Amino acid sequence: MRNEPPITWPASDFSRVPYAAYSDPTIYEDEQARVFRGPTWNYLGLEAELPGPGDFITTVLGDTPILVSRDEKGTLNAFVNRCMHRGMLLKRERCGNAKNHTCIYHQWSYDLKGGLIGVPFPKGAGGHGGLPADFDRKTIRLHALTIESYRGVIFGTFSDSAEPLVDYLGAEVRHELDRLFHKPLKVLGYQRQRIFGNWKLYNDNVRDPNHGGLLHMFHATFGLYRLSQTGGAKLDARGRHNITWNSLGTDDAKITDKGYEGTKKVLQRGFQLADMSMLRYEREFPDDVSLVILSVFPNVVFQQIANSLCTRQIRCKGIGEMELYWTYFGYDDDSETMTAHRCKQANLVGPGGLISMEDGEAVEQVHRTVLHERDKHARVEIGGKGAIHTQESLVTEVPIRGFYRYYCELMGFPAGQAAAE
Amino acid sequence: MTDTEARAAILDLMADYCHFIDDNRLEEWLDFFTEDCVYKILSRENEDSKLPMELMSCLNKNMLRDRVLSLRQANIYNIHTDKHVLGAVRVLGAENGVYRVRSNYAAYQTNQDGLTELFGVGTYHDRITFVGGKLFFKEKIVIADTFGIARMLSTPL
Repeated sequence: MRNEPPITWPASDFSRVPYAAYSDPTIYEDEQARVFRGPTWNYLGLEAELPGPGDFITTVLGDTPILVSRDEKGTLNAFVNRCMHRGMLLKRERCGNAKNHTCIYHQWSYDLKGGLIGVPFPKGAGGHGGLPADFDRKTIRLHALTIESYRGVIFGTFSDSAEPLVDYLGAEVRHELDRLFHKPLKVLGYQRQRIFGNWKLYNDNVRDPNHGGLLHMFHATFGLYRLSQTGGAKLDARGRHNITWNSLGTDDAKITDKGYEGTKKVLQRGFQLADMSMLRYEREFPDDVSLVILSVFPNVVFQQIANSLCTRQIRCKGIGEMELYWTYFGYDDDSETMTAHRCKQANLVGPGGLISMEDGEAVEQVHRTVLHERDKHARVEIGGKGAIHTQESLVTEVPIRGFYRYYCELMGFPAGQAAAE
Repeated sequence: MTDTEARAAILDLMADYCHFIDDNRLEEWLDFFTEDCVYKILSRENEDSKLPMELMSCLNKNMLRDRVLSLRQANIYNIHTDKHVLGAVRVLGAENGVYRVRSNYAAYQTNQDGLTELFGVGTYHDRITFVGGKLFFKEKIVIADTFGIARMLSTPL
């Protein structure tokens, strides 16, 4: 336990983010314990990735390796992916099917519920060696975590004091998950993007609807997302999750041109794609929303950009590096044409995304620039200061403040007494 | 044209393809493709699992043109220069005038500080065809062993 918090937050409304939070290594270790292994629910994967008995996937929670495994009866179990003997990574494959989980190092073997079932040479050889007399394999189990699925999305927690998952998500997030996961899924594949910045900088990025129409010039130029369109940022009751949404084609030309005035290249009139088919939106939800970026604290984003659907899992790789693990999906009953359209539209996002590639650059350059800064802070006040609540416009970054309010609560960081001036 | 001549022309095309990317001549680089070309970058991870999702997919030359237009006009990416090193080129065969060609590549990126990092290695699976006496890529499938993309995938592989 630490004596005093290593950083303080200057403003009570979290409109100032101390840069040290992104680069102090002691904070990183604390985050693993208090945020990721604390009373939060972390995205681990999709049930569609391990549909049958014996199927498993390996994933991470923060930077802790996790094995999610479906047992013979179809029940999901999750464990730290580590042998209870000497700490070897138990399952090395990304996914597979197994009758039991056997460690390659010394062949300790566990059933699909995590119980130790076998150790080679338990009585040694020739009357010598082997396990001690009081070794009771029934007392040895893989380190389990609690998991729950919501609509086929698997979340896990290490904490006994976490709220029930449905309460943790809240009505607003559940509504979006009900919408996105309304029928059985088909996983289409993965993309991995290594981003050289702190994991929170990506959380900031996805809670910042403002940058979507400014950094991502493809968005503004081709009209998929403009700050002048109908949209906003819905927060849950605690303000820790965020739903950025907008509707295509709802922008007024005058307001758009006025708003983008002086930004030079961001909104460019007169450009046409030679092949517009990538931008086509086949309406598939009972509403006019064409983009949803749903960020659930602390490690996942759910995406609908037109017909491109995916999850983005934040995997911590130390204080200054993360992997963004993109899992693309469609639905079981998609036609071949629809699957092809989703794959084509995936050109918009991911590490090679016509829209999204900039995020890797923005996160890295912020990380490098604020490194070792101890007294300075970021200014987060677009959308207003003070109360943290749902936003009716895209010109906002209030959801970032909601993220840090909950983050500070978990980390035990005191906030300043007054709102920022 | 003899096999030897065809092989020499294929090697020239492969070399030009790499150098035009490295020299940032992407508009001219487009001319190495047929109008009905397919250009894809695939992750070896998805390939091995038979999953269809690509890292990049252009299903005709117009989509490739749009990639170049977007890079020039709309995208912001890490400022770098590319350097491709091409491995030995294997001409695996020809059917109906379309050559199946395979080669490995290593792609390096050099940043503004003059430091170079290996961006990725992989294999080109190409289908190359003669049109009007000149060779073009009808299909270029890049299978990236390095499917963990450092930063972002901006300029083509």
